[in-house]
Amino acid sequence: MTAAQTQPSGTQPSETRSAEGAGLKGAVATFTTRHASVLPTFAAIAILIVLLAGAQVRFGNFLSPGNMSALLYDNAHLLILAVGMTFVIVTSGIDLSVGSVMAFTGILGASLLTAGVPVWITILAMLVAGALIGMLIGVLVQHFGVQPFIASLAGLFLGRGLAYVVSLSSIRIEDPVMDWLRTRFAFEGWYITPTGIIALLTVVVGAIVMHKTRFGRTVYAVGGSEQSARLMGLKVARTKVMVYVISGLCGGLAGLVLTAYSSAGYPRNGVGTELDVIAAVVIGGTLLAGGRGYVLGSLVGVLVFGTINTIISFMGAEQSWTHIIVGALLLLFIVVQRAIVARSERGS
Amino acid sequence: MRLVKHRLFWPLAALITLVVVNVIANPNFIKITMRDGDLYGNPITILRESTPLMLVALGMTLVIATRGIDLSVGAIMAVSGAVSLTIIDGAGDPDSLGAVLIALVVGVLVALVLGAWNGFLVSVLGIQPIIATLVLMLAGRGAALLITDGKITTVNSEPLGFLADGYLILLPFAFFLWLAAVIVVGLIERRTALGMLTEAVGINPEASRLAGVRSRGIIWTAYIASGVLAGIAGLIYASNINAADANAAGYLIELYAILAVVLGGTSLMGGKFSIAGTVIGVLTVTTLDKTLQFFGVAPAQAPVYFAVVVIIVVLVQSPRVHRWGRSLSGRRRPEPVADPTEPAEPQKEVVG
Repeated sequence: MTAAQTQPSGTQPSETRSAEGAGLKGAVATFTTRHASVLPTFAAIAILIVLLAGAQVRFGNFLSPGNMSALLYDNAHLLILAVGMTFVIVTSGIDLSVGSVMAFTGILGASLLTAGVPVWITILAMLVAGALIGMLIGVLVQHFGVQPFIASLAGLFLGRGLAYVVSLSSIRIEDPVMDWLRTRFAFEGWYITPTGIIALLTVVVGAIVMHKTRFGRTVYAVGGSEQSARLMGLKVARTKVMVYVISGLCGGLAGLVLTAYSSAGYPRNGVGTELDVIAAVVIGGTLLAGGRGYVLGSLVGVLVFGTINTIISFMGAEQSWTHIIVGALLLLFIVVQRAIVARSERGS
Repeated sequence: MRLVKHRLFWPLAALITLVVVNVIANPNFIKITMRDGDLYGNPITILRESTPLMLVALGMTLVIATRGIDLSVGAIMAVSGAVSLTIIDGAGDPDSLGAVLIALVVGVLVALVLGAWNGFLVSVLGIQPIIATLVLMLAGRGAALLITDGKITTVNSEPLGFLADGYLILLPFAFFLWLAAVIVVGLIERRTALGMLTEAVGINPEASRLAGVRSRGIIWTAYIASGVLAGIAGLIYASNINAADANAAGYLIELYAILAVVLGGTSLMGGKFSIAGTVIGVLTVTTLDKTLQFFGVAPAQAPVYFAVVVIIVVLVQSPRVHRWGRSLSGRRRPEPVADPTEPAEPQKEVVG
């Protein structure tokens, strides 16, 4: 869909070409050109299925309800961050600050709760704090022409430093609402926690906003060609600030989920998480050049990441293998993306 | 000549302001004492401790000049430290000079290979530099952890310790090391056409290609240089703590290096670069770090102040602030950079 939007002229010649060439090869060529933007996501789904099936064959009990439920339970915060990151990357930006924003809002929440602040005000404060850092990055990017990389780098430093300003050590929390957030609603071995529901809701809301609203279409348009989007009269400036606010808000929400998950705030949380999130989003099929990507793809990306993590702990291997394998997968996907972009450029 | 002077004026002013603030707060800050024929004191410590960042930032300058960025330097530091210390650890006598030298050379060679890998991804496959180097940033640290078996490999080796703590003619050996690196890189870039070609590639890759510049080799060289320098930095870090710590080695150094390069006046958009500017930028970052420690800020909280510095620096460089500066001063000036920095200067003092 996006391919057709951003390069309307690109589909035309390939259609005629395939009509001439006919046959299976032509049909494949037409499909890959027309649906080029979905291909990486399909590839990610295929890899996820291969991983799950392989692990099931190898270990026998991998696809157990408990294990599959844990996949969502353990990666809820990553999933939330990935949704926000998808918005940013589709506008061809990047947000390095998410990991430290998550740490900052988490420790902020924990310290507010310890100080006796009511839990609802605490949660609101966490979300607002995340959104404010996001807004700072967005304003720097849009209104001061700072590269997203550098602006969000400032956000990374700020979040990490503020986390340590709030507290130098971890703060344990005991709060009924926070405890409730990680209660397990069990059903025949399967279980889901409110944190998992929050993560899934974030994905659903993210997907709807991205694909069904005017704002979502503007996000794609800005990523496809900012110049054209501006000439069309779309609200480019507001959208570009907004995606960073969304990413910051997701950072705050992830901070809440992670704090509930570990029942403590810890200023060293989420070091390097931004890289895991970017990797998951890219593996999920979002193009780093912007303009193409799916929130649901990022869901797949996070699941691939989580599955690799689980397989490695099943094998009892060093956890550091996770990053080596994710790094290799990332490489594979960007090479594939590169090929897709090159193909669609030739087509137009 | 005037242009060069102008370009370095503000970076230098920031560094001097920082030092002056320190001296006002504590006159002992610049005191240098002589002990056993060696010099000691805060300025000497800064020169010594800035070595890893200096080496990394030098490489980063070249990469940024080609419109690239190298996020993997911290991971490369971790790998080179892990490789070298594992070899020394495995050698029979950790104090034998031969074994240490071999270990160091192997460590740097591994770093060179990693740099070449980055260069291959960027220059041959044409992958965005941020992402191409992100791959190694993710995988490199994992590999370093595997090399050290997930532990911190501790080695007590005299020749290795000399790298970070040794003295050579009054001053720390590490200082001479970065001085040598700056001179070598400076000579290669500025006394041959390489520097000019690098800038050409950074300013307009397409035009330079049409003009017959072999950009692929130039970009590749920049990443290899960055890898090698990061490898040496990793050895110095390992020598400083007498251990290979795959998690902590070079942690966040890529960000500090980028900050130092930008502070030195090299634009992230590529093109014109200034090695002298990077030297000043690194000294500023290290001095700021020392200053914060000195004022009792916990090291973990320091990033807040660095965030403020990053924001001030990018605002000073931004076109919109330049326009505000010009309209404030009431008339157009030929050198717009001079004005907008004025409001930022007092804020820097607040930071210090």
